[in-house]
Amino acid sequence: MTLVVATEHFAGPPEWTWYILFYFFLAGLAGGCYFLATLLRYWGTAADEAVARIGFYVALPATLLGAILLTLDLKQPLRFWHMLFNTTPGQFGLNFNSTTPMSVGVWALLVASLFAAVSFIDALARDRRGRAILRGAAGMAWSVVGSIVYLFIAGYTGVLLSVSNQPIWSDTWALGGLFLASGLSGAAALLLLLSRNRSGVEATRGVLESSEALFTVLELVLLVLVLLTLIDDGTLGKALSFPWLLLWLAALAGMLPALGGLTGRRFRATSGGAVAAARLQAWALGPTLVLLGVLALRAWVIFTAQH
Amino acid sequence: MATNIVPGKAYGFFTDTSVCIGCKACEVACKEWNQLPATDNGFLGDSLDNTGTLDGQNWRHVKFIDNVPDETMGTGNGKPFLLMSDVCKHCTHASCMDVCPTGAIIRTEFDTVFIQGSVCNGCRNCIAACPYDVIDIDPQQDVARKCTLCYDRLQGGMEPACAKACPTESIQFGPLDELREKAEKRLAQVHAQGTSEANLYGHDEKVYGGLHAFFLLMDKPEAYKLPVAEDAVLPQRNNLGGYLGLVGTAVVGLFGAIFALRNRGSVARGAPPPEPPSPGAAP
Repeated sequence: MTLVVATEHFAGPPEWTWYILFYFFLAGLAGGCYFLATLLRYWGTAADEAVARIGFYVALPATLLGAILLTLDLKQPLRFWHMLFNTTPGQFGLNFNSTTPMSVGVWALLVASLFAAVSFIDALARDRRGRAILRGAAGMAWSVVGSIVYLFIAGYTGVLLSVSNQPIWSDTWALGGLFLASGLSGAAALLLLLSRNRSGVEATRGVLESSEALFTVLELVLLVLVLLTLIDDGTLGKALSFPWLLLWLAALAGMLPALGGLTGRRFRATSGGAVAAARLQAWALGPTLVLLGVLALRAWVIFTAQH
Repeated sequence: MATNIVPGKAYGFFTDTSVCIGCKACEVACKEWNQLPATDNGFLGDSLDNTGTLDGQNWRHVKFIDNVPDETMGTGNGKPFLLMSDVCKHCTHASCMDVCPTGAIIRTEFDTVFIQGSVCNGCRNCIAACPYDVIDIDPQQDVARKCTLCYDRLQGGMEPACAKACPTESIQFGPLDELREKAEKRLAQVHAQGTSEANLYGHDEKVYGGLHAFFLLMDKPEAYKLPVAEDAVLPQRNNLGGYLGLVGTAVVGLFGAIFALRNRGSVARGAPPPEPPSPGAAP
């Protein structure tokens, strides 16, 4: 009796490569940064505001750069707006195809950019003029809704891959969750990296370190789920074949610093640990490794299915 | 007898691979009518096939599937090659249409699937979705292209160029219902001649709701790189699971972040370490 029935795939690769890889990377980071920034501002302490602003500062350029990469990946970049408007003769109007995450994602990206732009300007206003644009309950509602959109942005890219007939991608339902969890841990690492030389943010960094560790545990669970679903469809061997296995290992290695608390101040407790921690912070080694792991994870998923 | 082609009726191809002789007249006719350039693939060294695959500039491809047996076969049993003139299947439930974000892929008045070159922006989502590896980017126009089932010829009341050029009537064009009847009769004939493994692929609703280009095959579908009915599934099947996974992760992530905020970093650091004394500090 055959326990595993391999799904046959004869679909050709779409040749989504570098532009898409970095777009997925940026989408994860932008989504995670906006989400964490909102939490820090509205559910943290006053001391968390400095890092929250960094998060809002990151979300907009990361989103815009991602959108540019996405456009450049099109074979007809000047027709990027065809995603939004139907140009079929006689059928002019807005374009929306709910059966493909690509269409849903383009609209979400547009909406997210709006939220990020306002939050960016708000952070500038707070820094330059000491006055907030997003104030009170309305400001909080704005950021919460923006966070929901951005959580979608961070993870829909995985769903987009699954909604295909490609090997590996279409054999698992867990890619969306995996990309979201990885984007969140990457965002925490990025905020740790960008706040490393700031004073008075030690407490916030502790929150980020904890978040990063928890998000990484979630990411690890989802990675196992992805592999299990691939076993079920008989494509695990392809997913872990050489040389793509190296990317998978790199993604796994990127999780270790967060899991081991390497990015934190843990070593201070040991003899001579203060010096080690200071060096690690100066080199920004831990967060950098986490970010490289986030990139490697996406590279593994993207490239392994298309070879 | 020429087919009377009228809008509003479903048309398609019935390709009888048992009579294909691999002459590639269909490939040439397709390229000539659609003004597709000849491509220099070099020498592929792959049997008699030097086209390689369907792509943005090859909308018909005669597959030569090397099936030379290890031992000499008896009279009438030898099948050194499986030949098949492959083409877009113009699926009733088309994966490419399912995922096109621009609305470039439409169903015509002849119930065929057509990519509007002026609307496509080359996102390649249809390539990722097509289970038959039919669609590809035309490097000259930088948009996704494939067989149109000679949409322009149909509009002019003419049958597609490949069917017109086929010297053995391996490729037959006509109204879908008539073609299905013909195919059933032909299958019975082939079975009666002793080729019991012959089968029809895509003539009924089991594969993508029925293919508008369906086939009489001389071996199982996998031998021709055609997904069997159980694997003929639409990409949208993964929407629900994918989005649920995303929402579940978002909820767990939210709780994780709130937990981290409440515990102010104790998870990563363990118990708060004592601050190291700074050298030279006053006691």
